[in-house]
Amino acid sequence: MKHILKILVNNHPGVMSHVSGLFTRRSYNIDSIAVGVTQDPEISNMVIVVKGDDSVVEQVKRQLLKLPDVIDVEDLAYHDCISRELVLVVVKVEDSNRTEIISICEVFQAKIADLTKTTMTVEFSGNTRQVEHFMEMMQKYGIQEIARTGQIALKYRSN
Amino acid sequence: MPKTEAKISGARLMVELLEEYGVDIVFGYPGGAILPFYDELYKSTKIKHILVRHEQGAIHMAEGYARSTGKLGVCIATSGPGATNLVTGLTDAKLDSVPILAITGQVATNAIGTDAFQEADIYGITIPITKYNALIKSADDIARHFQEATLVALGGRPGPVLLDFPKDVQTELTSVRKVDKLKIDSRHYQKPPIGGDLDSFAAALNKAKRPLLYVGGGAINANASKEIRELAEKGNIPVTTTLMGIGAFPGTHQLSVGMLGMHGTAYANKAVLECDYILNLGARFDDRVAKPGEFAENAIRAHIDIDTAEFNKRVSVDYLLHGDLKEVLKALIPKVNKVDRPDWVGFLDTLKKNHPLEFDDSSDTIKPQGFLQKLYEKSKGKAIVSTDVGQHQMWAAQYYLFEEANRWLTSGGLGTMGYGLPAAIGAKFGNPDKTVICVSGDGSIQMNIQELATIAMYKKGVKILIFNNNFLGMVRQWQELFYEERFSESEWNYNPDFVKLGEAYSIKGLRISNKSEIDKALEFFLEDEDARILEVMIPAEEKVFPMIPAGKSQKDMIEFSDTVRAGKK
Repeated sequence: MKHILKILVNNHPGVMSHVSGLFTRRSYNIDSIAVGVTQDPEISNMVIVVKGDDSVVEQVKRQLLKLPDVIDVEDLAYHDCISRELVLVVVKVEDSNRTEIISICEVFQAKIADLTKTTMTVEFSGNTRQVEHFMEMMQKYGIQEIARTGQIALKYRSN
Repeated sequence: MPKTEAKISGARLMVELLEEYGVDIVFGYPGGAILPFYDELYKSTKIKHILVRHEQGAIHMAEGYARSTGKLGVCIATSGPGATNLVTGLTDAKLDSVPILAITGQVATNAIGTDAFQEADIYGITIPITKYNALIKSADDIARHFQEATLVALGGRPGPVLLDFPKDVQTELTSVRKVDKLKIDSRHYQKPPIGGDLDSFAAALNKAKRPLLYVGGGAINANASKEIRELAEKGNIPVTTTLMGIGAFPGTHQLSVGMLGMHGTAYANKAVLECDYILNLGARFDDRVAKPGEFAENAIRAHIDIDTAEFNKRVSVDYLLHGDLKEVLKALIPKVNKVDRPDWVGFLDTLKKNHPLEFDDSSDTIKPQGFLQKLYEKSKGKAIVSTDVGQHQMWAAQYYLFEEANRWLTSGGLGTMGYGLPAAIGAKFGNPDKTVICVSGDGSIQMNIQELATIAMYKKGVKILIFNNNFLGMVRQWQELFYEERFSESEWNYNPDFVKLGEAYSIKGLRISNKSEIDKALEFFLEDEDARILEVMIPAEEKVFPMIPAGKSQKDMIEFSDTVRAGKK
């Protein structure tokens, strides 16, 4: 089961090691980790995506709350959060398929960030499923390089 | 805004903060990167510094001091190797929840990260083994870090904290002596409110026919002995303790069934199998006690702990209460019915009679179990006892009974050989009027034997008992039982002459090997306030029973009588 942990932490060096160390200790593989400062410059927001059964994730959550630099931990369920990931993909292009790739990008609302005679760098953001789907579409043209940010997430306010 | 006063150096401030906090003794070892601090310590009239022979000795002394007094234990080391020598002690203190403040020197801030002489990233190294740690980057931050560290060390579930103190920060001038606002949340040091439903918790306990209290080290940290006794006596509930919980309930009480787990008493382990309700008070369902899925499987399981991360960690429970154990018990006891349980208590009394702790005492050789019984009688059960790790530790846990908490010092979670001698020294500094006995083995004692010098230097009357079987006894026991007697690297024939070694440090010693010598030896051992070494030669094949093999449950316990029946004792 996938969990999205939203962790509010004090914004200073070493906190990342403290937090990620807790996962390492339990030999947990972190799927993605993204950190950014919040509206309060003293506080950062970490979003960690992990796979694991509920009871073990609950354990990690409680251990996290014991760290003095951790302010709050929330386990966001997939269905009630907005999650986004940004990906930059470099694909090979030829004269014959350039328009085809551009039209796929249009459908996905992906932005073309750079273009050369032989490559195209595309910027796409969406939830993990959309990103996976987009990458699948790009696959057939030959992906040369990828940079992904990892997921960030916020809870829906509407309900 | 911080309050401003005349400027003083960071090192001066650290010493003043320690003084103001009430620290009157620190254990340490100087070195280049901590010299400004030592220079200020030199001028202090309030803090006594105990010079050790190895930093590991310093931190175990601080642990022994902290555990026997209930106060914060403080140790000092220099940067690099000094700091890394604290790592075992920090881990030990983390696993056994001992409040320790370690202050380490660090290379100057402009040299950090350059592989400077005697540089180690002790902040990074100790992240997983401390409750809180910080690299102090400016003298203006000292006051805040000091306050946060001490609050965290003693707050909630206690533990070790480390402040890494760069040399230039020690000499930097600051006027920030007090802090108005801490960065850490108050939940890390304030007592939590009671969490959970007291009424349904009490109702389940009241319904039980054969309840059992299972008491851990948390009971000692919460100072909850009085309440545990009240609960046990009110409900006539038998009590078993973990290795760490020894002393939280009087070992001689009629309701005590002693220690449970791998080398617990047969009656405690059988009580776990027979009970219909088990209440864990500040223990952590450790793997030497509880096998998940098979621990008290027929019983309702309940748990009270200050650390929510312990709930359902290894063994799932039916009822739980979060909070300071003393406070929770105070709230719970009025809701618990006063009941006599003649059948259940009587059943356990019969078990105690039929399955006592046993050993073969027929020969003239000295049996450690019998020796410890005598030691218990001669010292009237009043001593503070520290141990190392191995067979002697388990025999001491089984045969030396304690009436009070904070008298039993042992490395429970980490199982640190080398803990006993320095812990005893630390305890003696904290309790100069009490008899302090270190029970050790010929293997363990050699792991921190250099601290004999500390005993000699400060004339501390620590009594050192060494059970010598020329083996790593517990390793041998496992090899005999589970590795077809292949004694791979557990036998050693090159022990020093411990008595002569003591003499080299002006500590009187005696070696005995025959049962007839025990009484005289104990007299010599305990006669006055001086340090003593007593080396007791014991048979190598002597084993600790009962035993639950690793990874097995209470159902698989082997008793001494089982081995006699099988013809191999």
